[in-house]
Amino acid sequence: MGNLLSIAGWDRAALEAFFPRADAHLALLGNPSRPTPLAGRWVASLFFEDSTRTRVSFEAAATSLGLHVMNWSAKGSSVSKGETLLDTARNVDAMGPAAIIMRHPSSGAADLVARHVRCAVLNAGDGTHEHPSQALLDCFTLWKRWGGFAGRRVAIVGDVLHSRVARSNTLALRALGAEVVLVAPPTMMPAGVEALGASATHDLDAVLPTVDAVMTLRVQLERQQHAFFPSPREFSRRFCLTEARAARLKAEAVVLHPGPMNRGVEIASAVADGPRSVVMEQVTHGVAVRRALLEMLL
Amino acid sequence: MSPPLLIRGGRVIDPANGMDARADVLLRDGKVAAVGPDLRADGARVVDATGQWVVPGFIDLHVHLREPGEEGKETVLTGARAAVAGGFTAVVAMPNTRPVNDTTLVTELVLSRARAADLCRVYPAGAITRGLKGEELTDHGDLMAAGCVCITDDGRPIMSASLMRRALQWAQQFDVPVMVHEEDLTLSAGGAMTAGEVGTRLGHLPIPPSAEVAMVARDVVLLEEVGGRLHIAHLSCEGSVRLVREAKRRGLRITAEAAPHHFRLDHAAVEEHGTHAKMNPPLRLPSDVRAVQEALADGTVDAIATDHAPHGPADKLVEFDKAMNGIIGLETALPLTLELVHAGKLSVSRAVELLTAGPARVFGLPGGQLGVGAPADVTLVDPEARWTVDATRFFSRSRNTPFHGRSVQGRVTHTVVGGHIKYRNGEVGGSL
Repeated sequence: MGNLLSIAGWDRAALEAFFPRADAHLALLGNPSRPTPLAGRWVASLFFEDSTRTRVSFEAAATSLGLHVMNWSAKGSSVSKGETLLDTARNVDAMGPAAIIMRHPSSGAADLVARHVRCAVLNAGDGTHEHPSQALLDCFTLWKRWGGFAGRRVAIVGDVLHSRVARSNTLALRALGAEVVLVAPPTMMPAGVEALGASATHDLDAVLPTVDAVMTLRVQLERQQHAFFPSPREFSRRFCLTEARAARLKAEAVVLHPGPMNRGVEIASAVADGPRSVVMEQVTHGVAVRRALLEMLL
Repeated sequence: MSPPLLIRGGRVIDPANGMDARADVLLRDGKVAAVGPDLRADGARVVDATGQWVVPGFIDLHVHLREPGEEGKETVLTGARAAVAGGFTAVVAMPNTRPVNDTTLVTELVLSRARAADLCRVYPAGAITRGLKGEELTDHGDLMAAGCVCITDDGRPIMSASLMRRALQWAQQFDVPVMVHEEDLTLSAGGAMTAGEVGTRLGHLPIPPSAEVAMVARDVVLLEEVGGRLHIAHLSCEGSVRLVREAKRRGLRITAEAAPHHFRLDHAAVEEHGTHAKMNPPLRLPSDVRAVQEALADGTVDAIATDHAPHGPADKLVEFDKAMNGIIGLETALPLTLELVHAGKLSVSRAVELLTAGPARVFGLPGGQLGVGAPADVTLVDPEARWTVDATRFFSRSRNTPFHGRSVQGRVTHTVVGGHIKYRNGEVGGSL
């Protein structure tokens, strides 16, 4: 039994071995008589933060493997009575799940829990640290298109500072041999991203013709209060993937978004729903990738 | 009256008196009575210090004893036990207790607990502002008269420049140092660790160095304008070092201390030690660590101070961004300082000075030297002893340290306060 805490532990060989497994699960998704190899066991879904895609995707993956899913959310739990994260996690662990699937607003929270419980821990997003299953499904989506990553260049655009998706994807794409360019306003670019193997710029227009894929990140609009950007309008002037900008991409370049989208802020509707968008593929692939993860780790 | 104590045959290192030689030290009636070769004293108790360093008792300008209010983490007694175990004969107790030491009642309580503990000297620090709120000044004169040796809102900055200016002015009447925790809260807000590649990888939001440096700059400007004495607590980064060095060169009355964690660890420690490497100011970049080391050597920093900050598991075994800041330091300060000696970055006498005469000068405290007539506060160090830090054996009530398991060299064997042995080879007591 293993954990999924970070992409940091996944090297190229592990990633390349994983994609065919995810692909096999993708083929099973529409098959009503698919096997349920994990039947009789259960997992706890602990979401300390709101989620649509990740939560439903993990639950769909788990139930389709025969797992029961026990749902828990911070609202209405003993968290509101001041119970600590570790006490909550240890109590759930004592009920005997095969895994805890958790999302939490603090960076490092999944790692902390994993060091204090017996069951497996799957990180469904921890603060501004990592979102490993998202990176796996994003890279799986690109792998399906490209077959490999050599010579490929990917731009990750937007609020990189606060993005766990950007961190996990940078690690995964670099491990796979792709080039990564992070595009963010100076207020939203973390220090020392070169150490992650990425290059950094705030000039989206210069980057667009050079890349094979663009990952647009959700802008957390509440960050405006802290002056990370002056207004959604000014942000979108510089960083929104508009139709005009998308037209400057290479012919085969694709557009990804982890959701939820702020249409018209970081991505125009015409692009999000347009021919380059693989957003819905990402969502479908998410279920296959999470099936593969659960089967592999449990 | 207890018998004299004769510490025989050690290497006496007393930087304030320019001494580094093999000699005996005779302590009588709570004072240093004589230092020299082949001393004799009828009826004296003799401690054989062959192969050991005999140095002035260490003085720590910055400890949190947590009493009153958080006795589960530390008390004056347990903190004093940790102090003497670490070779400290005097500590300055920060005022951020509950209630805050902003009135003489609290000062007197701390002093009475220290008398009852009867281990090391405990000097209370009074608050600059009532309740550490940064709004109204405390009665500085009252606090000084009751026994406080400095005023500080440690743990919190004085965000109002105007209030800081007034504090420097008011405190001058009592010639009391104003000790400051330099942090512009608008710059550090939301941050959990130093800005850099480690924080970026771990997803911890950044605290920029400017949060400290900008406040040091502001306070140097105020000091120059209105005068007074300014002491910078836990100086941690290159920009602050430059400002303090420059201010000293211009003759301003500014002093600074540095904590062992800021000269022995950089931000990479967060990856290994998690919340036990969460501090405020945060562990910085390797270039900052080097700058602090140089500042210790060249006199920019006057004192090594531990910022001993006891916390329990409820404060540390939590999410990183929710964890309390700080680590305990009294029982590891000496070997961590000696690491700089072993690395050739500090001379032995400078290292000793930073733990003794340096801090004594900063707050004008007695001790820190072994001249005849000085307080009989002496620490004996076995410089060759190799040992492994074991937090489970600490005398402190808390265990929060990233140095557990570290192999170190140099160990306190005896701590003598006022001529009485308060610590000897692992034992703490009133009359060893």
